[in-house]
Amino acid sequence: MIVLAPDPIDPPALLAAFTRAAGGAGAIVSFSGIVRADDGVTDLWLDHHERLTLAAMEEVSAVAARRFGLVDLSIVHRVGSVAPGEPIVFVAAAATHRRAAFDAVHFVMDRLKTAVPLWKCERRGQDRKWVEARPQDHADAARWESP
Amino acid sequence: MRFFGRLRDAVGGELEVEVPGDVIDTEQLRAWLGVQHPTLLDASVKMALDDRILVAPQPIEGAREIAFLPPVSGG
Repeated sequence: MIVLAPDPIDPPALLAAFTRAAGGAGAIVSFSGIVRADDGVTDLWLDHHERLTLAAMEEVSAVAARRFGLVDLSIVHRVGSVAPGEPIVFVAAAATHRRAAFDAVHFVMDRLKTAVPLWKCERRGQDRKWVEARPQDHADAARWESP
Repeated sequence: MRFFGRLRDAVGGELEVEVPGDVIDTEQLRAWLGVQHPTLLDASVKMALDDRILVAPQPIEGAREIAFLPPVSGG
């Protein structure tokens, strides 16, 4: 399930549904990203392109499924306004064995930060600051390029 | 044309313009818009034409949508 969610998401419910659907998997790993209340951030606003963003997420999902031999994969990413404490992203991978599931979630998160058209704007009251991927995010993503 | 991320604030979310006749491909369009909006000239800003992210200039004739995409920050 690859979803761009304009409304709040519920990771425990998403994981429960994913677990039910991923029959036969020996390992399920999930990650939930939560907006931090850094330096007075009142909310994050997530910009996206309704077709390009979803297509890029589907591409990441297809690459991950092939590379790690997954039974199933779910990526749910918020768009629009997300308040501190709210989930912004949910990724779950189901595989036969644990290492593939852990690696797939890691891989998908690294790609989400560097290769999918999503743009974060930190809002502090009336102030806006657009965030760009950090050098560390690119270094993390580049690890997957080497064999 | 559509602008995303920080380009929304720098240029605007959407722009409809008459393009001069000698601007025929996406890089010429970028250069032409860049006179007024130099931030579009950054090498890190990618372009998409009709939902395809470009790696080389493409003719703009008949395009339905041209998007300017700054570096991303999801996750």
